[in-house]
Amino acid sequence: MKSGSNLEKVLAAGHFAVTAECGPPRGADPEVVRRKAAYVKGNIDACNVTDNQTSVVRMSSIAGCMILKEMGIEPLLQMVVRDRNRIALQSDLLGASALGVRNLLCLSGDHQKFGDDPQAKNVFDIDSMQLIHLTRTMRDDGVFPSGQKLDGAPKFFIGCAVNPFADPFEIRVPRLKMKINAGADFVQTQCIYNMEKFKVYLEDAMRQGLHEKVKILAGVTPLKSAGMAKFMKKMVAGMDIPDAVIKRIADEPKEKQAAKGIEMCIELIQELKEMEGIAGVHVMAIEWEEKLNEIIGGAGLLPRPVVE
Amino acid sequence: MITGTPKPIEEILEMLEPYDKIIVAGCYGCVTVCRVGGEKEVQVLASTLRLAREAAGRKITIKEISLERQCDPEYIEQMRGYVQDYQAVLSIACGAGIQFLAEKYTTTPLLPGINTGFLGVTERQGEWAERCQGCGDCVLHLTGGICPVTRCAKSLFHGPCGGSVQGHCEVGKDVPCGWQLIIDRLKALDQMDNYTKLKPYKGWNTSRDGGPRRIVREDMI
Repeated sequence: MKSGSNLEKVLAAGHFAVTAECGPPRGADPEVVRRKAAYVKGNIDACNVTDNQTSVVRMSSIAGCMILKEMGIEPLLQMVVRDRNRIALQSDLLGASALGVRNLLCLSGDHQKFGDDPQAKNVFDIDSMQLIHLTRTMRDDGVFPSGQKLDGAPKFFIGCAVNPFADPFEIRVPRLKMKINAGADFVQTQCIYNMEKFKVYLEDAMRQGLHEKVKILAGVTPLKSAGMAKFMKKMVAGMDIPDAVIKRIADEPKEKQAAKGIEMCIELIQELKEMEGIAGVHVMAIEWEEKLNEIIGGAGLLPRPVVE
Repeated sequence: MITGTPKPIEEILEMLEPYDKIIVAGCYGCVTVCRVGGEKEVQVLASTLRLAREAAGRKITIKEISLERQCDPEYIEQMRGYVQDYQAVLSIACGAGIQFLAEKYTTTPLLPGINTGFLGVTERQGEWAERCQGCGDCVLHLTGGICPVTRCAKSLFHGPCGGSVQGHCEVGKDVPCGWQLIIDRLKALDQMDNYTKLKPYKGWNTSRDGGPRRIVREDMI
């Protein structure tokens, strides 16, 4: 075991893993996290806590992780390199590990232009690839990247994100390979709606044996409405929602679209579950955490395994 | 070249509020080439200021000059004889030139007439684009001659990020994705091996982050 995290254990035991995410609030009220976390509890093996997603200021990811932990939920710390230089990143990694956080997701972070503080200075001292490498160096070699010895190495199950749908498509698999070489143990993908394109990506990755080197968790997001689908397709960079998917939900009367979205999400998870090379699913029910039990249960993934 | 844009005339007039006798100083270097701070721009700016102040009922005396370069001491010295006769100097050179004037003429207020931009190229008449951030540790040989520090909005060394769509950056459809450009070029050069190598963390100490930089050439001193 590299980290001893529950997620790592579940995957190592060969179970199909389930993760979800909790976006911390735009304020200091811990109850918001607790409310969301209550919907998550029991349905997942680890829960991502986002790090100022879309560059909007929120309660810190580490704080969110600790609230989850207090509730007996295993947290997965998301960390972007947009806001912190290597000094702060290393420091937060040590702090998070000391507090018992065992899962980490290394990300670049959306450009600050999208948030409420577009005038902020961005950092990008190192990139997400290098954050993976930095964490692995600290964990496995027991030294800082500077070469200085660590007084206790941080223990993380190291994750990365991939977007199989962004351009240019042909470097997406080589990029995954680079992240594996840098030290990634698992990967969570961007939301999959374009299954055809995803299969091309996955087959290419499998031809190179990448699924044996890294645990691939397929990302899914239930659509609440046809409006949400159209908005995401238009506004979210790198989000690929085929027209056929939008049509399927748009064909429903408005009041039935949410149920349809959940049904489609369950179908997708079931399909992914049967696919070779997929080790689990990452369910991003954005501001819709109350549906997680229905979705994950509906996909036949409950109860979650207990691995000692 | 170093590029720049004129400051709004209202801002300049506000800066000039305490003064009635000034020098407007241009530069024949970069700012002449990008038409923001040369002899012609000095004339236009001086005329605009005179008219504006006349309209406001408070005339201003302006001496118009342009130096070969405001970033070289020998040219700055050319103003030595008359600077003290004026209340302020409004310079439309780049920030380096303006500061160098201020350093040499310590008792005269120096005012910036332009906003200094970036190290860039003339993409077409009237349009300039950034190409270099002067980070002090060039990697262009590894990236197909396209700078990841400058051309990627996140200065990634292992791009592109997930926000690259059809060749444009997530910050805007009018911004080309620097990493798409790099990949296209590496493919054309048959150098994609360079792409898949893990690059060392960049040392920003050779960039601005190491503090104000200095180049000393012993062979020239």
